[in-house]
Amino acid sequence: MSHAPSAATLKKIEGMIASYPERSAALLPVLRAVQEESGCVSPEAEAWVAAKLGIRPIQVREVLSFYTMFRLKPSGKTTIQVCRNLSCTLAGAEDIIGFLREKLRVGPDGTTPDGRITLVTVECLGNCDQAPCFQIDGVDHGRVTCESAAALIEELEAHD
Amino acid sequence: MIEDAVRLIPADDSSWRLEAYLRRGGYQAARKAVTSMAPQDVIAEVRRSGLRGRGGAGFPAGLKWSFVPQGGTAPKYLCVNADEGEPGTFKDRAILVRNPHQLLEGIIIAAFGVGIGQAFIYVRGEYASIAGRLEEALAEARAKGFLGPGIFGSDFGLEVVVHFGAGAYICGEETALLESVEGRRGQPRLKPPFPAVVGLFRSPTVINNVETLSNIPSIIGRGADWFAAQGILKDGGTRLFGVSGAVRRPGLYELPVGTPLRTIIETHAGGPPDGVAIKAVVPGGLSAPVLRPDELDVPMDFDSLARAGSMLGSAGVIVIGDRTPILDVLEVTARFYAHESCGQCTPCRLGTSWIHKIVSRMAGGKGRPADLDLILDLAGGMKGRTICPMGDAAALPVHALVSKFRDELEQEFSR
Ligand SMILES: Cc1cc2nc3c(=O)[nH]c(=O)nc-3n(C[C@H](O)[C@H](O)[C@H](O)COP(=O)(O)O)c2cc1C
Ligand code: SF4
Ligand code: FES
Repeated sequence: MSHAPSAATLKKIEGMIASYPERSAALLPVLRAVQEESGCVSPEAEAWVAAKLGIRPIQVREVLSFYTMFRLKPSGKTTIQVCRNLSCTLAGAEDIIGFLREKLRVGPDGTTPDGRITLVTVECLGNCDQAPCFQIDGVDHGRVTCESAAALIEELEAHD
Repeated sequence: MIEDAVRLIPADDSSWRLEAYLRRGGYQAARKAVTSMAPQDVIAEVRRSGLRGRGGAGFPAGLKWSFVPQGGTAPKYLCVNADEGEPGTFKDRAILVRNPHQLLEGIIIAAFGVGIGQAFIYVRGEYASIAGRLEEALAEARAKGFLGPGIFGSDFGLEVVVHFGAGAYICGEETALLESVEGRRGQPRLKPPFPAVVGLFRSPTVINNVETLSNIPSIIGRGADWFAAQGILKDGGTRLFGVSGAVRRPGLYELPVGTPLRTIIETHAGGPPDGVAIKAVVPGGLSAPVLRPDELDVPMDFDSLARAGSMLGSAGVIVIGDRTPILDVLEVTARFYAHESCGQCTPCRLGTSWIHKIVSRMAGGKGRPADLDLILDLAGGMKGRTICPMGDAAALPVHALVSKFRDELEQEFSR
């Protein structure tokens, strides 16, 4: 199957390409747009992006494998990124991580068996005065406790 | 207290919109620069102000601008560094969310001074959800004619594009950032040539931090002398000191450059909580070598911190309490740099990963007495032997933790 973005995404991508003096410079934003729509960047999408930007597929692969926010395979519906850098560690991040792993029954950087939630640990989220903190699908939550984390997860599950 | 009109972060949380910024006198400095000043006078004013880069290295901003070849019709670029990846740092986030127009005004003035027609704001991917206000501010500024062609009725025009990173600390390093904007892996370039001469798309490029640029409007609006007087000799203005860790009031404090570290921690951040004593302080983001409790009277300016054997860096202060084992701090530090090394230089790639392995072994209770010297040796082998400053940034904090807290770490082996 070849990759086919929606008309809206395609329009967004054309706009991105037009904002750089060189086509190939749009690679990061274009991959981001593809991932936002499809949940990950599949091999077909990789080939599509390479052709779209007039670069070799290996150039796309180099970028995909370098940056941690790109996914080659779909992950859970929701992603929780827990910070474990210094300020968060000082505020008890390891307890939060342990609690979440147990509650969600996932290992390090794993997805729940039902494919709903992916839990990953990350380095500093630039929110250190709110430590310990995490992001749920990119949205910040600070001064997290095991109780507040549990409540957030229950809310997520209720919304399904 | 500093009056609101000149603060980087206004006290009123809801005042990020254009209207509120205009009420504070916003965009008057940009208008003044573009309609009544010669570009070289803008650069001269910024040089006189003593403004030093807020991204970490503290390079004088006006001097950096003066390295860009003047005139000509070939493109020149401005890259705004909003990658903010240095652990313990959350100041640029606050500007993006609470005062985006002051950043945009700084960008306009900088671009006018250097003769730049296109700017890219490099925002770390993790800030995508908070970047909405920046995008709205851009739209507001465009609608008012503060961006685009013919700004303030002059023939100066400027386009601004927001470019998101995708999770890589090293992209905060200026040449890695350029690579990333060009659509490649964020691997730092060899210097020279410096970006001021050969930068983005092989063109002359200025790279400045968000906070650096946000200071420009008040330098042009109120004058270099006013700005310089806010700080100390050779290091002007205020800084956003971020305090996190073992304090009662973690947060961001806008204070004059040169405020003593102890005052920031004790007076502003409220000191450590009851029953906790300070064991160590990281004064300027994780890359800054740690200070002991007897070293906290240091004024927070670039040169004083360097004399104290550390660095002001991003001014992110992390306070470590006496209940935290130094081994935990060492483990986080070692893991971070091993994870973030871009892998180009052998001393950094191997040094960071070997140090991490040794520290993990220690943390697992299997440390050997020779480990500490081995870590110091590895750190020593990285310093000054790499393409970018990250080799040093990884080696120095590890070196400081091990040498300043050797006694505590040695107890790990006797347990
Ligand atoms: C490993 C590494 C990471 C860096 N990260 C950042 C960053 O996140 N933000 C930033 O503004 N500068 C960062 N810098 C500093 C930049 O290379 C550069 O000095 C700065 O953006 C210049 O702007 P300024 O002169 O206004 O400070 C980093 C440097 C290194 C070596
Ligand atoms: S010092 Fe480290 S991060 Fe910098 S270029 Fe070399 S390997 Fe990459
Ligand atoms: S250390 Fe966790 S947000 Fe900075």
